[in-house]
Amino acid sequence: MGGWWWVAAFVVATALVGLYLSMTAGRLDRLHRRIDTSRHALDTQLLRRSALCLEIASSSLFDPATAVVLADSAHAARAAAEDDVVTRGLAESDLTRVLVEAIPDAHDADELRRESPDPTMLEDLRSTCVRVQLSRRFHNDAVRACRQVRGQRLVRWLRLAGRTPWPTTVEMDDTPPPGLTAR
Amino acid sequence: MRIGIVCPYAWDVPGGVQAHVRDQAETLIGMGHEVSVITPVEDPSQLPPYAVDGGRPRAVPYNGSVARLTFGVKATARVRRWIREGDFDVLHVHEPLAPSLGVLACWAARGPIVATVHSSIERSRVLITGYYLAQTALEKISALVAVSEHARRTIVDHLGADAVLIPNGVRVDAYAAALPARDWPEPAIGFLGRMDEPRKGLPILLEAFEGMLASVPEVTLVLIGPGDVDEILADVPPHVRDSIVCLGQVDEADKARALASLDVYVAPNTGGESFGIVLLEAMAAGTCVVASDLDAFARVLDDGRCGVMFSVADSAALQSAVVAVLEDDERRARLVEAGRRRALAYDWRSVAGDLLDVYASVTSGHSGVREDLRGQIVGRLSRRRDPGDVN
Repeated sequence: MGGWWWVAAFVVATALVGLYLSMTAGRLDRLHRRIDTSRHALDTQLLRRSALCLEIASSSLFDPATAVVLADSAHAARAAAEDDVVTRGLAESDLTRVLVEAIPDAHDADELRRESPDPTMLEDLRSTCVRVQLSRRFHNDAVRACRQVRGQRLVRWLRLAGRTPWPTTVEMDDTPPPGLTAR
Repeated sequence: MRIGIVCPYAWDVPGGVQAHVRDQAETLIGMGHEVSVITPVEDPSQLPPYAVDGGRPRAVPYNGSVARLTFGVKATARVRRWIREGDFDVLHVHEPLAPSLGVLACWAARGPIVATVHSSIERSRVLITGYYLAQTALEKISALVAVSEHARRTIVDHLGADAVLIPNGVRVDAYAAALPARDWPEPAIGFLGRMDEPRKGLPILLEAFEGMLASVPEVTLVLIGPGDVDEILADVPPHVRDSIVCLGQVDEADKARALASLDVYVAPNTGGESFGIVLLEAMAAGTCVVASDLDAFARVLDDGRCGVMFSVADSAALQSAVVAVLEDDERRARLVEAGRRRALAYDWRSVAGDLLDVYASVTSGHSGVREDLRGQIVGRLSRRRDPGDVN
């Protein structure tokens, strides 16, 4: 009689552990998927930003000196798109710095808006820069949530994450040009 | 864009979150987006055309008081059905940690989910009784938004997650269009808020008002908000009492009209304010603001450029500040004009623009919101038993 109780308790305990493990595996799967999509979203916004910068540089909006510097850093950012995350982060930070210097305050932004051949161009640039910043924050937050679960002992010992590489954050300067975001 | 919004609290009970959801939905619809709101409601006939009945709220003891929340198999079935049939590009959940429709929606959906946290989270409740459940809901959220710096700090400190700050908005057009309805003599100054809440600072204003009457004998004080008037005005001398008008609690439209009918709106708060939305409403309605120099108010008033500030709890300073603006029509007009411009920066349309940026940065590369059936035993059962009584 006593033996059967032990068997029953063992079966129940195994079932509970199994349920917990399968739920954790499900969580990890969801978290990895979230990282994939947030990374993709960040990629999309970064590519859109450099494309817009090239377009703006080839329009007559900026003076020739600014246009050359802007086009140069936008090209560099696009060329780094396939590189590792650190190299790309540096190239994108360079582009951010050029944009910040090109439109440093609201006064300059108003001047540019008045002279702009296409008034939507600056508005597109503003929203894309803001979206780059948001996407990066959301991506890094997804990475943080995933690392938290992957750091748990049980997850590490049982290799619940499989072969998925350890998630990395994206580090770069993503300040939108202050002239465009000032209210 | 197709946007699904989840409101956790009963639509027909007044509250800050409900008002926020309504303004958000109506502003986004006005900008040409398709919006559907699912919300608990007592009387479904009260719902506007864009809202869907999420079930009746039930009164249960929660978090130290009685809360009206909606949950259970039937509510889960309604939320699932709404998500399945809504075909949304993005799901926006309000108060994702309240045990109501919001958390049900987080479990029932996958895809881009944005969540707004309004109140500061009670560490003890959420994190000890339901840490695992809270985490599983939070993990599905692609972007967290906080309406105040205070709410953001609690998310960062207690949950370790990041949140974007998007403050509350004002329906500037609604307040600017409010027609003054003067049922009192000119000039009038006003107070708005719970009269018996000491931090709203009504006693300081009452003390200052007696002195104002000496300088400007014809001035009227209008009190708007809930509270026992007789008890609050018990110590006020009769000649002062004669110059006070009490409106009691009013609805949104009457509030706008009352604010528009004032010459000066006074905010004598002594603390506990994180934002100061009423100041912006008064400014949008074209009323001059005199407020205590709390950090939140200084931010809204642009350090005194769009209104007058006095040191907190100093009734003598309040008195002279109000008398000064009442006697100087030119200065008042200048402040009103600056206030109108300031309120525009907090207009719901600009808040909605910020939200659309958030939506865009979580939806690119996503195919939209789908029903999530994995590991949801209750959901699977309820799907089979779906009573089919949702609109």
